[in-house]
Amino acid sequence: MSNIPKELKYASTHEWVRNEGDGIFTVGITEHAQDLLGDMVFVELPEVGANVAAGDDVAVAESVKAASDIYAPIAGEIVEVNEDLEDAPETVNNDPFGDGWLFKIKAEDPSEVESLLDAEGYQAVIDEE
Amino acid sequence: MANRTPLYDAHVKAGAKMVDFHGWDMPLNYGSQIEEHHAVRNDSGVFDVSHMTIVDVAGIDAKPFLRYLLANDVAKLTVPGKALYSGMLNEQGGVIDDLIVYFFTDESYRLVVNSATRERDMEWIHGVASDFKVTITEQPSLGMLALQGPKAEEKLKLVLGDDAFAPVAGMKPFMSEQVGDYFIATTGYTGEKGYEIVVPGDKVEQLWDDLLNVGVQPCGLGARDTLRLEAGMNLYGQDMDESVSPLEANMGWSVAFEPADRKFIGREALEQQKAAGHAKLVGLVMKDKGVLRHGQKVIVDGGEGEITSGTFSPTLGFSIAMARVPASVGETAEVEIRKKLVTVSVVKPSFVRQGKSVLA
Repeated sequence: MSNIPKELKYASTHEWVRNEGDGIFTVGITEHAQDLLGDMVFVELPEVGANVAAGDDVAVAESVKAASDIYAPIAGEIVEVNEDLEDAPETVNNDPFGDGWLFKIKAEDPSEVESLLDAEGYQAVIDEE
Repeated sequence: MANRTPLYDAHVKAGAKMVDFHGWDMPLNYGSQIEEHHAVRNDSGVFDVSHMTIVDVAGIDAKPFLRYLLANDVAKLTVPGKALYSGMLNEQGGVIDDLIVYFFTDESYRLVVNSATRERDMEWIHGVASDFKVTITEQPSLGMLALQGPKAEEKLKLVLGDDAFAPVAGMKPFMSEQVGDYFIATTGYTGEKGYEIVVPGDKVEQLWDDLLNVGVQPCGLGARDTLRLEAGMNLYGQDMDESVSPLEANMGWSVAFEPADRKFIGREALEQQKAAGHAKLVGLVMKDKGVLRHGQKVIVDGGEGEITSGTFSPTLGFSIAMARVPASVGETAEVEIRKKLVTVSVVKPSFVRQGKSVLA
């Protein structure tokens, strides 16, 4: 059974979103997603300052098994990326909801987050796979 | 329902992620396949390879039968226990399977063939055998473990005890010895020292537990694939199949054209191909970010080819691959990765041996 923290929001494409306040949202991939991908070997992150639309492919998680696109769950500006992943991509496997975060977005419209899935909704997505 | 090896429950207990592998429930990893990979390069790891097919060949025609069946020549084998790698080809020179043959006497041999090709192999072997005085006996009740890594010898000694270990102490590569219930061979699929050990099915779990208890890392199919690819060893169905000859799969060294009067299946086709020219299997190295993958297009001097196996190399820290390309290939190639062309170096298809890079 995969861990799905209740306080986060989710996209059906397996990203999670955490509200950090001031319209800033941290994005990562779920425990379920990292488990499907297996050991991470590279993470390609977006440029800080880039403006992205919801659904844009903005990052790539490359594991021993496959290269997988990561989509922006909401629209906004990339304000920070997790540079530690450059040398330690395995952090995405070891701590997907914590130190394995990928990037932070300043939301164009913070209410957009409300339309994402809650933990229960995301569980249903996994169950259907 | 999928086939299970005698170790299925032991895998689940060890936390394995089980996946389907050609009709068998097999462990992909027990957590991190990269950690398992490093364990084999730096210490020791054990793989359950009980799904592989063991076939004993016996009878007064055993030697002439195998000299006709296989592209390599079992007449090279004169020391009891000695092993040989060979392709088993069809008349067109295509590889039906690759296998290891162990020699006991001129009338007794053992073959270890791939599980994915089991039905085709058995049908073919029985078909060819019908013209020879041999008996073909599959041994489905036997289990098999591969214990690999620089500390494999030390670990096996701990588990067997000094007396039982003595007959295999210092055994050279590609040799084997029957020690009580265990058939112990110095073969493997990782590029490290180590053993493949054939054990009665009801005793394999005890050996598995004993090895884990002396600190050997259980390893799954994920690590097995990165290890064999670093070692430049082919995977059947990916790097070669019945439409590919050994000459096009970096297996030319395992085809014994001499003596010239030995007839073997596929010989004529290979001789024609040799004269006409053929594609070859090369190694690719990419030091940029990204991972070379099976199926990617490769553009070389004089034509195009394809990656047959690609991965991230945990030992080297960058991506490596094997690709089949026109023989006109130069020192670099371009690979199409996610719609971009990336320049990579072309090398011999062997990357890591005994824990160390063999790249220039």
